[in-house]
Amino acid sequence: MSPDLDTPVENTWCPGCGDFGILQAVKMAFNELHEADEVRLENLVISSGIGCHAKIFDYVKVNGFYSIHGRVPATISGIKIANPELEVVGFSGDGDAYNEGVSHLIHAARRNVDSTMIVHDNRVFALTTGQFTPTSPKGFKGKSTPGGSIERPLNPIHLMLANDASFVARGFPGKLVHLKGLIKDAIRHPGFSIINVLQPCVTFYNLWEYYKERVYDLNERGHDTSDLQEAWKKSEENDDEIPIGVFYKEERETFEGLITDGKRPIQSGTAPGLDEVVERLL
Amino acid sequence: MKNEANIVIGGKAGDGIRAAGEVLGEIFNRHGLFTFVREDYQSLIRGGHNYSQIRASSDRVWSQYSPADVVVAMDERSIDNHEDRLGEDDKLIFDSDKVDYDGEAGRPMPLSSMVEKEEGIEVMRNSVAIGAIAHLYGLDLGIVEGVMEKNYGKKAEKNVLLAEKGYEYSEENFEKVIEIEFPEDKEIVPFLTGNQAISLGASKAGLDMYIAYPMTPSTSILHFTANYRDELGLTVVQPENEIGVINMALGSAYAGARSMVGTSGGGFALMQEALSMSGISETPLLIIECQRAGPSTGVPTYTSQADLKFALNSAHGEFPSIVLAPGDPAEAYYRAGEALNLAWIHQIPVILLSDKHLSESRMSIEIDFDGVSPEAEKRAESPGEDYKRYRFTEDGISPLARPGTSDAMVKVTSYEHDEYGYTTEDPEGIVAMQDKRKRKWEGIEEDVKNRNPLKVHGEDDSKDLILAWGSTKGAVLEAMEILDFPVKFVQPIYLKPFPSEKVLEHIESAERAICVEANSTGQLADLIRKEVLEDVDERILKYDMRPFDPPELAERLREAFK
Repeated sequence: MSPDLDTPVENTWCPGCGDFGILQAVKMAFNELHEADEVRLENLVISSGIGCHAKIFDYVKVNGFYSIHGRVPATISGIKIANPELEVVGFSGDGDAYNEGVSHLIHAARRNVDSTMIVHDNRVFALTTGQFTPTSPKGFKGKSTPGGSIERPLNPIHLMLANDASFVARGFPGKLVHLKGLIKDAIRHPGFSIINVLQPCVTFYNLWEYYKERVYDLNERGHDTSDLQEAWKKSEENDDEIPIGVFYKEERETFEGLITDGKRPIQSGTAPGLDEVVERLL
Repeated sequence: MKNEANIVIGGKAGDGIRAAGEVLGEIFNRHGLFTFVREDYQSLIRGGHNYSQIRASSDRVWSQYSPADVVVAMDERSIDNHEDRLGEDDKLIFDSDKVDYDGEAGRPMPLSSMVEKEEGIEVMRNSVAIGAIAHLYGLDLGIVEGVMEKNYGKKAEKNVLLAEKGYEYSEENFEKVIEIEFPEDKEIVPFLTGNQAISLGASKAGLDMYIAYPMTPSTSILHFTANYRDELGLTVVQPENEIGVINMALGSAYAGARSMVGTSGGGFALMQEALSMSGISETPLLIIECQRAGPSTGVPTYTSQADLKFALNSAHGEFPSIVLAPGDPAEAYYRAGEALNLAWIHQIPVILLSDKHLSESRMSIEIDFDGVSPEAEKRAESPGEDYKRYRFTEDGISPLARPGTSDAMVKVTSYEHDEYGYTTEDPEGIVAMQDKRKRKWEGIEEDVKNRNPLKVHGEDDSKDLILAWGSTKGAVLEAMEILDFPVKFVQPIYLKPFPSEKVLEHIESAERAICVEANSTGQLADLIRKEVLEDVDERILKYDMRPFDPPELAERLREAFK
């Protein structure tokens, strides 16, 4: 029997929000991994930043750390390093991940902390009622840019490929089963994984139809996920067709594996070699 | 003449001045003398002017001391800056290959050519000088050799040879300063910095992780813990910035690791947002704030006690926290351990204030290393599905569970929340959770009261009262030795919660109360005014960012108590 991951908390996302699909996919992924004995539910820890995406913390009945704007990669890195047996999944928004916390994101990717980041990329600040974010297109008319945004948008896939993320994917809540599969693969991946999710915001920037018409599964078209150059090129397709799926993945040593060197950071004893150190100070 | 040595070695950055200070300090310490070494260095890697002040005595020493009986000058500037420290019969050793000097104190030594002759490198002039000093004070060359071998490893051999040459040269050309008497059977005590003591004390209290971004003067905690990570049982991480540091540490603490971060004022400023999250999420954290001279970048390698109010009022919103400030390396050891325990017992952030003077000066001091041990936090007994991370309790402390250890769902959060950790905006729920956190205050105050939150030194009956905190302790204790009348010195170690009752008693029983602080406004004096509604009679302040020096402070105290 699947464990019940629902919580008593009232869901306050707007009807039709892309976040519902992400929530659904996450719960399905967690359940399936649990049922297949791949991940024990009590070892799952989620974390979120601040924004509409972050409410997911209240909607999934697993361990969690509701962090602050942009800091999720640092929060989950700390959790993972302290206890590598935990499976950490961070949620973030586009403003959260690519503005406020971009330094934490790129360094977590580069270090290859075994963790999963799911970015709800709706290309707008929604909880603050509609301003441009780093992924809003140039010309985006928001409350702080009535004349249209003058900034060139950031390409999250490029950002993550350039910073050595070892699993880089894009999902779409309109393709629920596909998204669930990505989440499972990202959690299984022994390293830093990021899924940038094209999440339509029905209230401030509704791209449901736009995405539905354009997304295709690049892995079905024989994309080689070990080819970095090809992944880079694929992520430049943003007009008539928008690829979703795994752009790139590689396996390499994890940060927590290297830094803990097989030892458990949480020790019951204290300073086993204190006397030796004191001897050096005499 | 007192049985003590006061030495200054000066030169450019890159001349091995710090190494010389450290090695000389260890040499004196191993001779059984109480030793204090202060490093004065600038924010640069080459050039400029650095110097080490070394003080050693058979009596206890707490501070550097401005007069010197020997100055070693590697360059001209060191002569200009330090010759006025010397009195009659004192000696100024200078590198006669580089500098001309015809003052009476001058003792020329061809340091450069002596190094060249033995095919050494220029930085080894410091070892020739150490050899000369060994002769001037009658030190044991065997001990010099032992310390150099320990500190220099493979490079020791040449340095030892040069020290011997320096010793011989001095023996042939200079008369001794003093034949120091070395205590015969005195046990050698640790010789360490405040930062080393903090690292050891926290480790002994069960520290699992140290996370920090380099920033003077906290950086040596990072170096020390990284170097001894295996012996101390630590995982040491250097993240991308101080915001990453504190958020990572809150993550690791949530997972169950006793975690500590270290920084200075600017880095602590960056941590404020997450410090507030530590407060509302009740995630235990020990923060070491090693103050340096601000504001902003200020005078980054010099000392100051100007962050007291910042620490007391840090972060947005209201939540319980503790601020404490040890005054010497032994206190730093015990109190860092205590601070880590308090963070976990009360599930709060604890801020331990140090400063450059305490963090980086080295001194001989007895420490009972068994005086610190991990004190257990309140853990949930077999937490199950009904586990509530923020369970309402009488004392406000909810039993802790780690994620991953049972069926319990452990949710912590930066949002206001209900007992399970779910977000709430319900007015009654908000008040209830605020009240729960507020209830912890009572337990914190009671706990701290029983941990000697303030120390009384000197003459308990004296009507002349000095109040000082942190590293200023050392200079005050030494100034009291110089003064020819008895005074009482009260040193609050806890600033939050503040030992108000005790402080008030002391102020009320005094005729004159004087605060001594290394800042420009008198932040302890302001705190006393706020906490006990009494003004001290005078504030002795120093804000040239150099620590108080005992003779000068004694003079100011004499004036103030007139």
